[in-house]
Amino acid sequence: MLSIKNLHASVEDKEILKGINLEIKAGEVHAIMGPNGSGKSTLSAVIAGNENYEVTEGSVELEGEDLAELAPEERAHKGVFLSFQYPVEIPGVSVTNFMKTAINEHRKANGKEEMPANEMLKLIREKSELLEIDRKFLSRSLNEGFSGGEKKRNEIFQMAMLEPKIAILDETDSGLDIDALRIVANGVNKLKNDENAVLVITHYQRLLDYIVPDFVHVLMDGKIVKSGGKELALELEERGYDWIKSELN
Amino acid sequence: MELKEKLISSFMAFEEKVDVTAQLHDIRTSAIKNFENKGFPTKKEEAWKYTSLNSVLKNDFSVFPKRENAIEFKDVKQFFLHEIDTYKLVFVDGKFSSFLSSTTHEGIDVCLLSSVLTKPKYKMVLDTYFNQIASKDESLTTLNTAFAQEGAYINIPKSKVADKPIEIIHFSTGEESALMVQPRNLIIVGENAHVQIIERHQSLNSNPVLTNSVTEIFAQKRAIVDYYKIQNDEQTANLIDNTYISQKQESRVAVHTFSFGGNITRNNLNFYHFGERIDSTLKGITIIGDKQHVDHYTLVNHATPNCESHQNYKTILGGSSTGVFNGKIFVEKEAQKTDAFQQNNNILLSDKATINAKPQLEIFADDVKCSHGCTIGQLDERAMFYMQQRGIPQKEAKALLLYAFSNEVIESIKIPELKQRIMKIIATKLGVNLGFDL
Repeated sequence: MLSIKNLHASVEDKEILKGINLEIKAGEVHAIMGPNGSGKSTLSAVIAGNENYEVTEGSVELEGEDLAELAPEERAHKGVFLSFQYPVEIPGVSVTNFMKTAINEHRKANGKEEMPANEMLKLIREKSELLEIDRKFLSRSLNEGFSGGEKKRNEIFQMAMLEPKIAILDETDSGLDIDALRIVANGVNKLKNDENAVLVITHYQRLLDYIVPDFVHVLMDGKIVKSGGKELALELEERGYDWIKSELN
Repeated sequence: MELKEKLISSFMAFEEKVDVTAQLHDIRTSAIKNFENKGFPTKKEEAWKYTSLNSVLKNDFSVFPKRENAIEFKDVKQFFLHEIDTYKLVFVDGKFSSFLSSTTHEGIDVCLLSSVLTKPKYKMVLDTYFNQIASKDESLTTLNTAFAQEGAYINIPKSKVADKPIEIIHFSTGEESALMVQPRNLIIVGENAHVQIIERHQSLNSNPVLTNSVTEIFAQKRAIVDYYKIQNDEQTANLIDNTYISQKQESRVAVHTFSFGGNITRNNLNFYHFGERIDSTLKGITIIGDKQHVDHYTLVNHATPNCESHQNYKTILGGSSTGVFNGKIFVEKEAQKTDAFQQNNNILLSDKATINAKPQLEIFADDVKCSHGCTIGQLDERAMFYMQQRGIPQKEAKALLLYAFSNEVIESIKIPELKQRIMKIIATKLGVNLGFDL
């Protein structure tokens, strides 16, 4: 599904990603863990097409198609979804109107008619229930004055609405209390199927108790230095990252 | 001949012909003298530091149109708020068009200033209100006073509510190669009376126009006035809009100014308080590009205690356009417990666009709440990326952000059809169709 080959990326001439290789197949859940500053968020931004990062070498392919020349919205239309670590507040645009616009832009890009209003309402109702989101919340300005937990739930709600092929969850667990974490993880698990994939980017193992990965990768200094199964996450939780560093040396 | 000389000599010829009282003649004569002394404002004056009229004044403007020009409703329907029933005061090249207008004298007066200036039955109105709040010192206002001949006269008596909005539209046909018009509006809103007014200046082709308009508004005790100015003219049209508002106790006056068009637009908006618990609202959205220039010069004169004023101006500048916001709040010593708020937010979409923002607070009372905020920025890149990541293309994302930016002002428009119209104009300006209301 998602194939990353020898990916190098820099921001303002500083190289952050130094040759990443990663294969994610349909139906899989991958986790990338790593200490602060290792390049985790850069990787998610580069996959989503953030133009502040320059890809200097290598490629990112989605279902065999190179994403290099595609704008962020085109990547989104092809099924890339990024749940932001810090969702942006957009005063004056309600959650509902934002979602309507996003859904219809996806449909337009894929040669479909706009979604009829009643169908849209039904979809919104169904998906907001999944994330235990209050109806009143949907008419509020996007992310404005939302608590940390509300923001993250709203991210996963949007993911549920857009049904991406590959969902990247960038530090989705940060700022979540245990109830919100459970709701978010439950939402992700319900959306997961054999035809999509999830990439969880996290600093802590906590979220992985709920969204259980098939593979865990350790990112350090812009490279994946170790890969393993879900037990690797537990080991990192227990032992920290230093032992990997010494193992490398 | 320069425009100033042409105006002065035209005045001489014109004043001989008009049949007005000696008193009005004196007002006009002293007004033209003031203009003669001061001339057109230049950038040397602090109040005109950022706006130069030089390029406009080079045109050889006709001061009086040579003939009456008729236009057909179907050709100009788009400029009216035709979705709803309204009273209409329509002027074509400065002359009243009875054909396009819809006036009334039933309970309220929606008619012509020329009647007030010439008919004996309006003598009281003339003596009490005409030129009472307009500046006798500011050169362009006095120029208008000297030539004041036609415009709207609206009088809503005590406790009456105008049953529908009133549209004042000044068309210029462009039959003259360059035309200067000086409309004069007089609006009196009695105790507990309520009115909604929409004003528009519109040229119908691309010949240069210079409009120097003066509007005097008198809001009596507890009167409510909602005034909307739509400025979406051709890029060869220039507008100097001078509005003077006198408010008595507990009156509420709101002026919304939507500046989307024109070449040079200058809005002088002045509020004067005469009584307690007055509420004044000044809001505006400016969206311009190319080489357009819009200057908002506002004054709220808090002279009495316990009054409020709310200002909120949003500006979006593209191309090589220039915006000016000069907002002056004056709180006199007696005006204790004043609550004055001023907000001015500006977005520059291009490297060549310029904004000059100058909040001016002069406070002589010691127990007041005055705040102002001014921001100048670009589109939030993080917000753009966030929206694009959700599949919203750059152009639509940009429009959505700019809509949201303007929304605080849009949402306070009290006439739903006008709100729709303004949103449509904004969408056209931004080149998108979002298909929903924010």
